[in-house]
Amino acid sequence: MATQSSRLAARLMVAPSVIVLLVWMAIPLAMAIYYSFRLYRLISPERTGWVGFRNYTWFINSPEFWMAISNTLLLVGGVLAITIVFGTLIALLIDQPIWGQGPLRILVISPFFVMPPVAASIWENLFMHPQNGMFASFAQGLGMKPILFMESYPMASVIFIVAWEWLPFATLILLTALQSLSSEQLEAAEMDGASAVSRFRYIILPHMTRAITVVILIQTIFLLGIFGEIFTTTQGGPGSASTTLPYMIFKQAIAAKDIGRAAAGGIIAVILANIVAYFLMRGIGRHLDA
Amino acid sequence: MGQITLNQVRKSFGEVDVIPGVDLDIKDGEFVVFVGPSGCGKSTLLRLIAGLEDTTSGTISIDGKDATALPPAKRGLAMVFQSYALYPHMSVKKNIGFPLKMAGMDPAEAEKRIQRAASVLNLTNYLDRKPGQLSGGQRQRVAIGRAIVREPAAFLFDEPLSNLDAALRVGMRQEISELHQSLKTTMIYVTHDQVEAMTMADKIVVLNAGRIEQVGSPLDLYHNPKNVFVAGFIGSPKMNLIEGPEAAKHGAHTIGARPEHITVGDGPWEGVVGLSEHLGSDSFIKVDVPGIGIINVRGSGELGVHHGDRVKLNPAGKIHRFDANGLALA
Repeated sequence: MATQSSRLAARLMVAPSVIVLLVWMAIPLAMAIYYSFRLYRLISPERTGWVGFRNYTWFINSPEFWMAISNTLLLVGGVLAITIVFGTLIALLIDQPIWGQGPLRILVISPFFVMPPVAASIWENLFMHPQNGMFASFAQGLGMKPILFMESYPMASVIFIVAWEWLPFATLILLTALQSLSSEQLEAAEMDGASAVSRFRYIILPHMTRAITVVILIQTIFLLGIFGEIFTTTQGGPGSASTTLPYMIFKQAIAAKDIGRAAAGGIIAVILANIVAYFLMRGIGRHLDA
Repeated sequence: MGQITLNQVRKSFGEVDVIPGVDLDIKDGEFVVFVGPSGCGKSTLLRLIAGLEDTTSGTISIDGKDATALPPAKRGLAMVFQSYALYPHMSVKKNIGFPLKMAGMDPAEAEKRIQRAASVLNLTNYLDRKPGQLSGGQRQRVAIGRAIVREPAAFLFDEPLSNLDAALRVGMRQEISELHQSLKTTMIYVTHDQVEAMTMADKIVVLNAGRIEQVGSPLDLYHNPKNVFVAGFIGSPKMNLIEGPEAAKHGAHTIGARPEHITVGDGPWEGVVGLSEHLGSDSFIKVDVPGIGIINVRGSGELGVHHGDRVKLNPAGKIHRFDANGLALA
């Protein structure tokens, strides 16, 4: 296998994808790094020049920045917690042999097919809207004041909507893991005197750790960049109560038209993603080994 | 204690009656083997006793108490599965200790019992390994260890040796027999291999299509099969079953003669040798006798008969006689 020529051949075979990856990843990254040290505002394009770390220091000194970082982590952590807990419960439920299992499973998975801005609009306008929303009419029916979801609990509302979108993904992965568990193991545990709760705790949950790890890793990648749901609902507000790092970068780039600062924010986001990835792989990466 | 009584136990899956109604009495300390061809319901019967399946009707009592509606854990039985069903993420020690942990046993006492089971089963050096790092025979032992630490009223074995290679199977067979000798606990053992049944059992239960064909000691079944099915199933090579005029001479519908009870030399049956297998200790030959059919004969190792030879056979030993319904005639 590992002769000189076969190794050379292997490198040649891999080369195209490596080159494509380089072009797709390295060039934008290099441009972002370049712009993050430049003065580059679309409002006054004639003023250019090197500004050192001023774009970065502006970001870090901005009161919005730390809020955005914590909101980003809150969003990732909250959605992960909700999707894994409820994903596991729903997977356990729809793994039971029940009538209409097939259509039920499709229904459970269907939210994943709704596009994020559409899903966010539906939740905002049909459910959470203080005048027209279903929750508001429930509240009024019970004689209570409607809750102003997007004003009073903006971050929680966004987390809820995103979790609703990602729940099917988690459920699907966890369900397949559940189905690969041998029934004899569960029967053996039953003979050994394990209650349903113990069977879940000692047999089912350990069996699902790898699937849960996969869900955490994949979802984290996508959740760090959540933008559409915030844009369609709270627009990062009120104030900057629901501004995440991607949304803050968007505000600098499109609203403030400051490409330099936005690029600096982008680089900070890359660093944040790497820190998160590092801790994730250290913490749970070992579960990926067989 | 481990006395188990089945009274008119029935099991059906939808329209299909897997077990149409079984009565069986298992005494304390007995080694009982359920044997029968694939799909005869022997595993289902074991699972009914274990409580992993619900009975459709009838009662199962354990030590005189009605256990029909009890959940598996409350029956005081331990089971060894065909796939071993070890918990892959737990070490051998945790696997064996799992039932004790579930029973809420004091850790020091549990540790003592685990060590004792491990030393009985030669697993002491493997306690910290995961099941994935063990060989088939070792996994089998862990599964047995998990069963014995609970000190159950009875052990249930569901084809425990079918995943092992031939040499290991003989070894484990002896180990299980020795375990039974030392523990003196009731064991119920399911197998489709009649050699396992003959070598291990105090009492064999021959099942066919969910019905009990015969219950008895191995030699009882060998010498006095109640019907054609048992006669053909017990014994290796199979008993020769002959119908037609030859059977009529003995006043029966079917007669049976075991291969080891037929001698080669002078005799009434004459035919041509087809297959001949010489194992050194024994010789197995198949002789095509016109008007009777293929006759299996088991001779001594020195029997110098080969393919194509003409030989005469003498059914010198016992002839079993069966009527048209397949039942043995006295």
